[in-house]
Amino acid sequence: MKTVNYAGYVKRFQSLIALLLLCIVLSLLTDKFLTTENSLNILRQTAVNICIATGMTVVVLTAGIDLSVGSILALCGAVAAGLLKNGISLQASDVFIGFTVFGAVVAGIIIGYLIGLFNGFVITKFKVPPFVATLAMLTIARGLTMLYTHGQPISNLGPSFDFIGTGSFWGLPVPVWIAAIVVLITVFLMQKTKFGRYVYAIGGNETAAKFSGINIPKVKILSYALAGAFAAIAGIIVTSRLDSAQPNAGTSYELDAIAAVVIGGTSLNGGRGTIWGTVIGAVIIGVLNNGLVLLNVSPFWQQVVKGSVILLAVIIDKLGHSKD
Amino acid sequence: MLTAKNITKRFSGVTALNNVNLELYPGIVTAVIGENGAGKSTLMKIFSGVHTQYDGDIILGDEKVQFNSTKDAEAAGIAIIHQELNLVDHLSITENIFLGSELVDQFGFLRKEEMRKQTKKLLQRVKLNISPDTLIYKLKVGQQQLIEIAKALHTNAEVFIMDEPTSAITDKEVENLFDIIGELKSQGKTIAYISHKLNELFQIADRYVVLRDGMTVGEGKMEEISQDELVEKMSGRKIRIERSSGNASLADPMLQLSNISLINPDNRTGKLIDDVGFTLYKGEVIGIYGLMGAGRTELMETIFGLHPKFSSGQLAVDSKTVKFKSPANAIEAGIMLIPEDRKLQGLFLDLAIRSNISITILDSILRWGFVLNSKKEALVSRDYIKQLAIKTSTRETLARNLSGGNQQKVVLAKWLAKNPKVLLLDEPTRGIDVGAKSEIYRLIKELAAKGVGVIVVSSEIPEILAVANRVLVMCEGKISANLPIQEATESDMLRFAIHHNH
Repeated sequence: MKTVNYAGYVKRFQSLIALLLLCIVLSLLTDKFLTTENSLNILRQTAVNICIATGMTVVVLTAGIDLSVGSILALCGAVAAGLLKNGISLQASDVFIGFTVFGAVVAGIIIGYLIGLFNGFVITKFKVPPFVATLAMLTIARGLTMLYTHGQPISNLGPSFDFIGTGSFWGLPVPVWIAAIVVLITVFLMQKTKFGRYVYAIGGNETAAKFSGINIPKVKILSYALAGAFAAIAGIIVTSRLDSAQPNAGTSYELDAIAAVVIGGTSLNGGRGTIWGTVIGAVIIGVLNNGLVLLNVSPFWQQVVKGSVILLAVIIDKLGHSKD
Repeated sequence: MLTAKNITKRFSGVTALNNVNLELYPGIVTAVIGENGAGKSTLMKIFSGVHTQYDGDIILGDEKVQFNSTKDAEAAGIAIIHQELNLVDHLSITENIFLGSELVDQFGFLRKEEMRKQTKKLLQRVKLNISPDTLIYKLKVGQQQLIEIAKALHTNAEVFIMDEPTSAITDKEVENLFDIIGELKSQGKTIAYISHKLNELFQIADRYVVLRDGMTVGEGKMEEISQDELVEKMSGRKIRIERSSGNASLADPMLQLSNISLINPDNRTGKLIDDVGFTLYKGEVIGIYGLMGAGRTELMETIFGLHPKFSSGQLAVDSKTVKFKSPANAIEAGIMLIPEDRKLQGLFLDLAIRSNISITILDSILRWGFVLNSKKEALVSRDYIKQLAIKTSTRETLARNLSGGNQQKVVLAKWLAKNPKVLLLDEPTRGIDVGAKSEIYRLIKELAAKGVGVIVVSSEIPEILAVANRVLVMCEGKISANLPIQEATESDMLRFAIHHNH
């Protein structure tokens, strides 16, 4: 006898089902929702959050959290813009180093990666709780951004840099391609490499991981570094789209990223969740933002609705797991 | 005063208590004794309202009572002093003593001065000369134990049940405790005293009750029995024990320990392991027996590199001196541990059986140096599922959904896949069924036959006798006996486990 486990399917794909329901409802309520233009618009806006949330998922899977991603985004965007525009000039030795677009972008990503490494180092070496360590970095990186930019935007970055945020390739916006690459690389890391397996193992049971001889600090440090690098990529997209590095860019973006992770079904206790879930979570937030605007809902109510959705997602997840 | 009549208690198929009778009288100290797992703690948990489902009657005074919670038992005048401390570290002594029963005035404000005064009196009774405002975490374990007792005194209980109250305290504090017990006795209170330390029992107890395998096997007056007779009663077992056959060849030393000590990492005073040394040979199975708290688990953890900061002494593998800073070092040297608590320390409950087995050998199934070869991984897990007869429909089943015995086999598989030189097993069959037990015994013997050195730590004498070639007995952090299997008898093992200074 063959039985189909409908309840199991519903649970497994609950966030995807929620997304589809949301889309159906919105396309019934407004004609503007289900158009190619609007869909591309949603994807373009969501790409940044997908990049950040993907890195956040890895960190959350180790049972950690990274609150500093919004500030890393701003700092790395500003550094990339600054290097591109002004290069590095050392007046004392009369040296000037200029940067190509590629060089500036890589430098920005490396800085994001290094800040992540530092986060992970502080957390594993000195046993500072991730919440506190990355909260401190949130402030530090924001301050460094202000210092670097003198509180002023760095603008007019040239057409080839602006292509990253505003261009299209094979009919899809470039940021969407970038987000897709980030997601695919991370899915590969999580499913096909030792690193990914260890992330799930540590998040699921850190004691057993220790008893299994896993190098826990190394895995955790790498996961924060990954989150930092992906936040930097998001920073470059944002800077390029505005053609300007804003010193206060990315403020509170960490909250949208955490929301996407949670809506996507990843447990904040670690060990349970997927990158694809987070992608769906981020798209749900994007669709919600877009739909509420199309429906002329006041921005104040938009926040109430978004918060309620997050709460609902977690409650549904908890109910599903208390049955086990 | 307090009577248990025909108490039977089962845990999912295992009978922990079988028709037990126990009577406690006012003004009398009754010693409750038995091996690990004899049922003492279960019985005390029924008295204190922790276990509420059982057959039989509890009679307090002349009335039949049924406790549905620990609060019920407390209200009825039963105070339990637990082996593990139940104090809140960052509250003061006063706050702990009045926790849940704070005194308040008519406005609902705390009557701090009054509580402080009462606490001061209680501290005098337990002969602790410290301020009632001291925070608990600043006290030594022995002092904390006395605070537990003060807390029990504060409830004005009629019945006191003390579960290993001296396991963590110094001789001076033991004297204090005995004075308090004497005082309670003269006030006509009822006292049950659980301890492994027989000499203490002869000092303080009036009557004894012996439990064995969940049954009452003897009771009487303390003055009418000798220590040896008591040990005999505790161990005398009807079940015939299958003995392991003979010694291993003692040709190649595999693991040598000398002067291994471990300072208690919690309070950094006192030694959990005290100058332990022995050699494990190739193909040998050493069984380590001891009572709770003898330091067996800590010894395994020390060998496995889990206490690098607090341990001292020398360790050699294959006659080469080694120093392990972490389990990773130990594993590299071929030493692997199957830990005591498989759910907490051994398994990834939310990962598939396949991933649990392969977690230690991911390095050997990489393609191009970094991609996991899922085909190879599947093959490895399939082989071990078959070899160890792990009962599951697929290797993708989550470890969470397996029975205890099958979970333990998964933990075994995880290390077998890594080809251990030395395998340490800490309570390898705790809580698993008889069938799986004998399969694990068979596996241990097969491993030894292949030349693996094995150490089995167990609280069950039959288990040790079934698998070991040699028996070490631990007591208070020391090795108190080293017996060839032919000479190891149950009563000897128990004797060496109980009193070291003989």
